[in-house]
Amino acid sequence: MTASVLIQHFLTGISLGGAYALIAVGYTMVYGILRLINFAHGDIFMMSGYFMIFIMATFPWFLSIPVVLAFTVLLGVGIEKVAYAPLRSAPRMSVMISAIGVSYLLQNLATYLFTAIPRAYPEIPILKKIFHFGEITTSLVTILTPVLTIVLVILLMQLINHTKIGMAMRAVSKDTEASRLMGIKVNTTISMTFVLGSLLAGVGSILYFTDRMTVYPYSGSLPGLKCFVAAVLGGIGSIPGAVIGGFIIGICETFLVAMGYSMFSDAFTFLLLIVILLVRPTGLFGEAATDKV
Amino acid sequence: MKKHTGRDLVLSLLLAAAFAALLYYFQYDKAASHNYAVSILERSAIYAVVAVSMNLLNGFTGLFSLGQAGFMALGAYTTAILTIPTHVRQSVYYMNGIEPWLEKIHLPMVPAMIVGGLIAAGFAALIGIPVLRLKSDYLAIATLGFAEIIRALLASRPMDRITNGSYGLNNIPGFKSIYQVFGIAAVCIALMVLLINSSYGRAFKAIREDDVAAEAMGINLFRHKELSFVISSFFTGVGGGMLAVYMRSIDTKTFQVALTYNILLIVVLGGIGSVTGSIIGSLLINGGQEWLRFLDEPTTVPVLSSLFKPGFRMVVYSLLLMIVVLFWRSGIMGTKEFTWDGLFGLFSRKKKKTGGA
Repeated sequence: MTASVLIQHFLTGISLGGAYALIAVGYTMVYGILRLINFAHGDIFMMSGYFMIFIMATFPWFLSIPVVLAFTVLLGVGIEKVAYAPLRSAPRMSVMISAIGVSYLLQNLATYLFTAIPRAYPEIPILKKIFHFGEITTSLVTILTPVLTIVLVILLMQLINHTKIGMAMRAVSKDTEASRLMGIKVNTTISMTFVLGSLLAGVGSILYFTDRMTVYPYSGSLPGLKCFVAAVLGGIGSIPGAVIGGFIIGICETFLVAMGYSMFSDAFTFLLLIVILLVRPTGLFGEAATDKV
Repeated sequence: MKKHTGRDLVLSLLLAAAFAALLYYFQYDKAASHNYAVSILERSAIYAVVAVSMNLLNGFTGLFSLGQAGFMALGAYTTAILTIPTHVRQSVYYMNGIEPWLEKIHLPMVPAMIVGGLIAAGFAALIGIPVLRLKSDYLAIATLGFAEIIRALLASRPMDRITNGSYGLNNIPGFKSIYQVFGIAAVCIALMVLLINSSYGRAFKAIREDDVAAEAMGINLFRHKELSFVISSFFTGVGGGMLAVYMRSIDTKTFQVALTYNILLIVVLGGIGSVTGSIIGSLLINGGQEWLRFLDEPTTVPVLSSLFKPGFRMVVYSLLLMIVVLFWRSGIMGTKEFTWDGLFGLFSRKKKKTGGA
């Protein structure tokens, strides 16, 4: 592998990792606040891809993006209200089965509405602009993804650390009952978490599918699980951890595929998960001493 | 404890005899519609074995595992490889050839299923050591991941000469008679019921209710969790082997996560922690899959005509799972078991209420 090929793969890896990071943040936020693996998160990401296909059919891209993001947020919050909120006091297993149910429902709904045949993702002309750096060829989306990811995550961190709603979110994730007693509107705070998580998943979906070019009903399930692994790798509940986890998994996966082990790239992610949970269950940046293991 | 042991035994035997007679009639009749019904019943029996074994783990021991598809794949592939007749093997493995040491190994169906179950159990024992230290959702995602790894391994290139890679296996000899399916299923479920009612079963339930208290009572947590996981995986593997024999051709696509979700739907619908619930759930879900087939076909009813098209059945299915989870969390049976007393109680309860109030 020459240096330029290496850099080429590295760029692809960072770009994929950026999209993974954006989705992983959604997992880590929801897990931090509800102690729930939002199995439907990957499918929200997939639905967001379909929204883009249909909205781009009538609107120009600069109008479509905010509309798609708005729909994605609505879907995410809607799922929370319908499927998770009524089970707030139920055992954790029920909530998790409900999350699996939503994921299953969204996949089947997408198959029903849009058929299982992959659909072409609309091209956003600016994102597809090609750059040449010596021997390396790359498109704008490849460079934009990691940059945008980092900018968005910095903004999110500011929101969480320096605003009132951010403080409420931190309080609820520390102790739901105590924060309710302190006058924090727990349900609003949880909804806000889903708004932010879905928004980032929507952005991630635009970046991911612009690179992949097709959407099909199951295109969210495996990336979703991988992003959850990324969140665990970084330490669940930690946003910078999720971002770094996303980048690590994206880069590893790209190099595995480049070396001809594409069959094992998915298996590798899960192997990584099992190893992390054994060696360092709190992940790279996780807070110690929770009841996860 | 039991007032009507004699009556219950007679009623149960009568039910079994009626079922056997029905099967005999179906077989004797040889009408196409009956073959169809038998095929649904067979699939229900196979899914019931897997659902009960999932229930043993999820419902009775409180370990939320989503690795069923992986263990079924192990059992199914083992059974398939061992039972495909040696003279057709060259044609099954026409793409890559078969490993020479494997070529002559052949087992009858039942021993092959047991070997399949043992292999699944062996993998479970290995994976259980690290994974069972995890709790609830972490365990779920780790076992889900494990199933995905197994699927990737079975389809991978180095395994081509053993599992036939992505081409899958076919020419698996089917069941010789329909009694075989139900017989094997009944034995598997009976063994699991015996286990659940033994002192081990009570230990499992104690762990489900409160693992700290269970440990304080002297139950070795890890040993019991591992035992439950290994036994559940054994029967899941046997169930997978039965599925392979039933389907007569398998490939790795059969054992996707959707299969696990289907089993989960059966367990949730029947009631987490109820063996008879899982059996009833399996009948309803597999039957429902056929009864609801009209949802996938075009209709002439004006309002529904735009709604009914391929895929609608699965939407209804997943909605059903959501409704059960949200509004009817205990499922059909809850944690109770079917008893004749309960059935008669169902009819007499109304009388008592009107009388008493």
